[in-house]
Amino acid sequence: MELFTNQVLAGIATGAIYACMALAVVMIYQAIDHLNFAQGEMAMFSTFISWQLMQWGIPYWAAFVITLALSFVGGIAIERILFKPLAKAPVLTNVAGFIALFAIINSSAGLIWDFTIKQYPTPFGSSPFLGSQLISTHQAGMIGVTVLLLLGLYFFFQYTKIGLAMRAAASVPESARLVGINTSWMIALGWGMASAIGAIAGMLIAPVVFLEPNMMGGVLIYGFAAAVLGGLTSPFGAVVGGFLVGVFENLAGTYIPGVGNELKLPIALALIISVLVVKPAGLFGRQIVKRV
Amino acid sequence: MTTLLNVKDLRAYYGQVQALHGLSFSLSEGSLTTLLGANGAGKTTTLRAICNMVRSTGGIEFDGKPLNNRSTESIVRFGIAHVPQGRGTFTTMTVEENLQLGAITRKDSAGIVSDIERMYAHFPVLKQRHTQQAGTLSGGEQQMLAVARALMLRPRLMLLDEPSFGLAPLVVRDLFGILGKINREDKVSILVVEQNAQLALELADQAYVIETGRIVMSGNAKDIANNEEIRKSYLGY
Repeated sequence: MELFTNQVLAGIATGAIYACMALAVVMIYQAIDHLNFAQGEMAMFSTFISWQLMQWGIPYWAAFVITLALSFVGGIAIERILFKPLAKAPVLTNVAGFIALFAIINSSAGLIWDFTIKQYPTPFGSSPFLGSQLISTHQAGMIGVTVLLLLGLYFFFQYTKIGLAMRAAASVPESARLVGINTSWMIALGWGMASAIGAIAGMLIAPVVFLEPNMMGGVLIYGFAAAVLGGLTSPFGAVVGGFLVGVFENLAGTYIPGVGNELKLPIALALIISVLVVKPAGLFGRQIVKRV
Repeated sequence: MTTLLNVKDLRAYYGQVQALHGLSFSLSEGSLTTLLGANGAGKTTTLRAICNMVRSTGGIEFDGKPLNNRSTESIVRFGIAHVPQGRGTFTTMTVEENLQLGAITRKDSAGIVSDIERMYAHFPVLKQRHTQQAGTLSGGEQQMLAVARALMLRPRLMLLDEPSFGLAPLVVRDLFGILGKINREDKVSILVVEQNAQLALELADQAYVIETGRIVMSGNAKDIANNEEIRKSYLGY
């Protein structure tokens, strides 16, 4: 029983990270109808920036905040420079853009910081949380920060004017323009926020997976699995999907014989395919009905 | 009366296809003007050109200021509220959020709150449903919501694209009654595009008839309604 509880709690902790990645992916998907394959690499690059800041002697939380700000600006810059000009381009052009972005960020990180694996600090420590062996303080910290982030985002989208404008621009762009919303900047803002959310995920998971240019590869696939499971049209679904995938991944690794650590990733892919076959809109997604 | 909207030699294009062929008309401050014409005559295109939602050339002046080459969202900030064909409802949001979106460019939060109450007084059904998702409203209710959303801007000019479309005759009467009241009491100038010519002419003071992208007739709404020849050849009733 203790093993089970332990695995569930650890699953919730990593699930929090998947939830953040899924949320970042869904935010951009809502705004421009494309999946950002480079979301993980953007998060990785942000994490490297925070690491570099700490190497220069800046304390953890200051580096954390500066990184968020830089990631936000960076996300907006990527949208303005690369994806705004592609707004009316066909799907495959956009996909090529995302792959290019992936390759550029990945290689630049390798070029600047090389490909050796680096230790990444945790501000929470890794002792047992509240004296319990079930969960470490870092895992508790991951959950705590994610919950704060989600509450903040919920408040932002539900109760602020700009949050309302962003939702409107994502749901009916033409009507949004007709009430005076600058939809183009709302998309850019979405990119900035997605980039900052990814940065949080990267900085929280780095002490677990260690810092290197390919650290987010697996995490992003789980993030996609979470987003597909929850429904790509539902931010709430993405978050729920993230936690479910985290728990599912751990339980499958523990209890299904032969899965272990090595086959955890195929499980995420199997999950994506099963959801797409059985319930393409996901658990909370909108069924899109089109008249033909 | 001063001219609020002045359109001169407007030509609009969808790709290679020209939809408006040098259309000119004007609208005086405080008036309720209607653009009539058959399907495909260019009524919707005219409204879309005013808000720069379609490529066009020619002069469009609002209150003496040119609107050409401004983005749709900045034209709205001049005080022009456009209720598009199909109503443009934010279907996944609540009725109240739809109203708040109408006022999103305004800074006076106290005024917005009192205007939402005013809209509920104009359209009591919206108050009953204010927490409901707007997509669950009936067609008539959504049209009321669209008009209310446009009014939340405190517009000087409201552009209405086929407000009667798909509504039951009784609902249309109701809606047109409210439009007349808004025009008189709130001093909002209205430009309404309609296929239901009879009803639009009863409501409007000024009327223009469009045929294949050109104005073919203009004048006082009563005169046009009383002119049997025009009615038979252009308005089909």
